[in-house]
Amino acid sequence: MQIVVLLKAVPVVGNERLVDGWSVDRSSGLEANGNDEYVLEAALKLVEAHGGEVVTLTMGPASSVEAIRKALAMGAARAVQVVDDALAGSDALATGRVLAAALGRLEYDLAVAGADTSDGQGGVVGAAVATRLGLPYLSYAASIEPDPAAGVVRVRRISPTGYDVIEARMPAFIAGTQLLGEPRYPSLRGIMQARSKPIATWSLADLGIDPASVGSAASRTAVHEATPPPQRAGATIVRDAPDAAVERIVEFLASRRLI
Amino acid sequence: MNSRLTQEQIELRDAVRELARERIAPRAAEIDQAGVFPRDIVELFAKHDVFALIYPPEHGGLGGTLLTNCLMIEEVSRVCATSGLILAVQALGSLPLQLAGNDEQKRRWIPGLANGQLLNAFALTEAGAGSDSAGIRTRAVRDGDGWRIDGTKRFISHGSEADLVAVLAVTDPEAGRHRDLSFFYVERGMAGFQVARLEHKMGIRGSPTAELVFDGVRVPDANRVGEVGEGFRIAMQTLNRSRPGVAAQAVGIAQGALDVAVDYARQRVQFGKPIGEHQMVQAMLADMATRTEAARQLLYEACERIEGGAADAARWAAMCKLFAGDTAMAVTTDAVQVLGGYGYITEYPVERMMRDAKITQLYEGTQQIQRLVIARALLSTQ
Repeated sequence: MQIVVLLKAVPVVGNERLVDGWSVDRSSGLEANGNDEYVLEAALKLVEAHGGEVVTLTMGPASSVEAIRKALAMGAARAVQVVDDALAGSDALATGRVLAAALGRLEYDLAVAGADTSDGQGGVVGAAVATRLGLPYLSYAASIEPDPAAGVVRVRRISPTGYDVIEARMPAFIAGTQLLGEPRYPSLRGIMQARSKPIATWSLADLGIDPASVGSAASRTAVHEATPPPQRAGATIVRDAPDAAVERIVEFLASRRLI
Repeated sequence: MNSRLTQEQIELRDAVRELARERIAPRAAEIDQAGVFPRDIVELFAKHDVFALIYPPEHGGLGGTLLTNCLMIEEVSRVCATSGLILAVQALGSLPLQLAGNDEQKRRWIPGLANGQLLNAFALTEAGAGSDSAGIRTRAVRDGDGWRIDGTKRFISHGSEADLVAVLAVTDPEAGRHRDLSFFYVERGMAGFQVARLEHKMGIRGSPTAELVFDGVRVPDANRVGEVGEGFRIAMQTLNRSRPGVAAQAVGIAQGALDVAVDYARQRVQFGKPIGEHQMVQAMLADMATRTEAARQLLYEACERIEGGAADAARWAAMCKLFAGDTAMAVTTDAVQVLGGYGYITEYPVERMMRDAKITQLYEGTQQIQRLVIARALLSTQ
């Protein structure tokens, strides 16, 4: 089976900074979005079980390449990166349009993405892509079980009361959660092989998209203000032996009525 | 950005750094306390192809350089010197095979060493012969179409865990100095080969150090690597490529101790401010960082010189081991000092690092032997 993983390169978690009062600073290094690594892991396990290959699809600046290479080192066969200066400032809808156009040029049984990204946290791009392509959209997946012979995929979706089991015909779009399972560490062999795996770069012209229809000018949403969360006060570090430490932590939580 | 390292080396190093931090660091104190060889770490290295790095691709390896392997040893030793030593010993024990083995021998053993199915060890030292190989008493005599080995080896890292032990034995006592020794790979399970005991050690406590007894062990000639009488030359070439591994372990230990000391100096408050704001502590941290970086750069330079086939490889190997070992000892001692009483107890890792550091001044030639090697090389080129 053929699986496309939508992979976003986000600012390194813990290093996020705002510039010009609202824009996310991408200059101090990017890494693969955490949730996307979890769905990549699930995708790799699926092709290990069913055969086929995993392809990653990324829209983002040239500096996304390190995150892409890590995905290749983990086991993706090849990557597609949509890079174009005109894309800067695209909102979720514009991003969805571009990714849908790119995905439309790839072959896949499943397209998967993390439920949201650690920088934007909108969690709507996947739905936008699925809607544009008319794909079944299976969200908040905790497990993915395809049945290639029957051409269907079954997903356990997290619900407020437990799980919904939902099934759809493939090709389908799945937004996955961290319940899919911990991503693997790339092996050294994987890292070395990744350097010779192909990364195709596509521009807006390659996708037949008018640059005026994307980017900040064409976006329907605008960020008026963003503020970093307030600095947290100094942490209390408990260094006692385990039993005494547990007692102190329980006491601390109980005194604040947290347990 | 470090211009000396390639992008690939940086990616490999960072991957192993992450693996070490997340998977090995939490085990380090237990490994030290239990004093038991960490098979789980062996499996971790095998799974992520860390063993494969140094072996040639045609035998299942990744064709990595000496420097790349030292980066791995450094990163692992930064959190656990015993685990770093697993990589160093695996490289050490297979060096005679890599340097002098024939194609058949390489096909037979390297794939297993590369995937971690086989562990090996290097047995030169005896009770009466360490730095002075003329004291080696282990004998190999021809026995039909093979050899018969008798003798005892001491202080053999991984000797009790190894599937394959490179044994240096006297094959011709009459041949004269440096022509009397040959290398044999003795396999676990060969009749007459046994582990007599394990040492109780100050540091690297998870790494078993064994006394090995060879009591009439019959070894086929196919297990001899290199020509008869070439053992001494092979051993010296081995040390040229293995001493940087010890230096890498030492740099890693020093860096690990520095990491802990800096972190502690930021958090520990005395006289109303973090101790890192007291100048005497600052001076110690500055010196620790400077020495560690100097040792690292000397190691990297030495690796490149040795890989490049330098005629004075022995001197570079000795210099990086000498400087890095002394640095590890000094930096870990100062780290304990920065942590004060907390540095002396097992709640923090620096006392373990200080105990582990000491071995880097001792094995693969004491620091005194390194100085001898360096001085001789200097004087012989006059």
